[in-house]
Amino acid sequence: MKSIKVYGPGCKRCETTATLVRDAARSLGLEVEVEKVTDPRAIAMAGVMSTPGISIDGKLVHSGGLPDAQKLEGWLKA
Amino acid sequence: MTLETHGVSDPHPRPDWVWHITVLALVACWYLVYVQLVPVSEWIVSLLPVDRHSHTGEALAFFFYDVPKVMMLLTLIVFAMGVVRSYFSPEKTRALLSGKRVGIGNAMAAGLGVLTPFCSCSAVPLFIGFVSAGVPLGVTFSFLIAAPMVNEVALVLLIGLVGWQVAVTYLVFGLGIAIVAGFVIGKLQLEGWLQDWVREIHIGIDDATGPQDEALSMTDRYRLGVEAVREIFAKVWIWIIAGIAMGALIHGYVPEDLMVRIMGADAWWSVPAAVVMGIPMYTNAAGVIPIVEALLGKGAALGTVLAFMMSVIALSLPEMIILRQVLTLRLIAVFIGVVATGILMVGFLFNLLF
Repeated sequence: MKSIKVYGPGCKRCETTATLVRDAARSLGLEVEVEKVTDPRAIAMAGVMSTPGISIDGKLVHSGGLPDAQKLEGWLKA
Repeated sequence: MTLETHGVSDPHPRPDWVWHITVLALVACWYLVYVQLVPVSEWIVSLLPVDRHSHTGEALAFFFYDVPKVMMLLTLIVFAMGVVRSYFSPEKTRALLSGKRVGIGNAMAAGLGVLTPFCSCSAVPLFIGFVSAGVPLGVTFSFLIAAPMVNEVALVLLIGLVGWQVAVTYLVFGLGIAIVAGFVIGKLQLEGWLQDWVREIHIGIDDATGPQDEALSMTDRYRLGVEAVREIFAKVWIWIIAGIAMGALIHGYVPEDLMVRIMGADAWWSVPAAVVMGIPMYTNAAGVIPIVEALLGKGAALGTVLAFMMSVIALSLPEMIILRQVLTLRLIAVFIGVVATGILMVGFLFNLLF
């Protein structure tokens, strides 16, 4: 099971990103745990400077803006 | 090859040249429509049961011409900026700015503030990311002042409603204030006035690993441009319509000499009053500039109006509240004080010169 974190202070784009991640995982048949990180301190410590950011199993794969669907699938499969 | 699509991922992405041609064709269409705006808006007003030269007629003509004009300019410029910004990222900007000397660093930060994608909702992580990786505090402030103040929405509205001369003036003096205010804050050495927890975070630039650079094709960049247009429109369309409607009312109904008296160049107190009024006002460039344009038309002085506009856009209460998480109140007060002083000086200078 992959542990995924979505970083963002709770703006609309961050919500959308979390939904996109869940949908992509479901369509790939992957079991994932999606956690939303909203604390600005935790966001900064993770090295995210522009939100929303995504990390998979502790590795930051994306930050700033909505993720591209195709790339998202690539990260999830990796 | 079948035409059906398979879920989210497109197995045959369109090649770049299709996008180039589509973008060119759309820009050509854009131009053809744009030059027709005056006759079409006049035609619409002529259909309405009002006298074109009455107050209502003036207000309606203003509204029907300016709303589509601003929307069209906004689409074009926001798209272009979206594509340009895809070449920049906060991580790259931080690498460029870290350890930069005060002075040159402030100037670079202000310029990069305009070009780097930035949303005030990530002001806090960005601030920490900069400061903890060795970007001087004053340089970080230059970035944070320029990023919201000199933005494409403000410039588009100024070009479309007031004229490119005022837009260039705003750009130059907006950058100037960001550079000088950041420089002054840097000289004051206020690092001790950050919130304690912020000072404790020290990410070396080497551990500050952003996501590995996501390689972007030209198609991706066009997509980001389209995304930027969609996002900006979702955010500002209502402000633009409300602002232009308000401007139209001022155009049609506010008597000329009223504005000369309270916002004219002779009323020296109008500049500080404009700055103070601007701080708590919660709107953005889209809402304030149509009003500004109408006020100018009624004899308000350019300096006073510029000061009001800069204060509304650069010193916003919501942003202060966000920054409160990383800055102490004392530091926020200095920030407001320094930026407000800069805006005042620009206001007085313009009232003196023009």
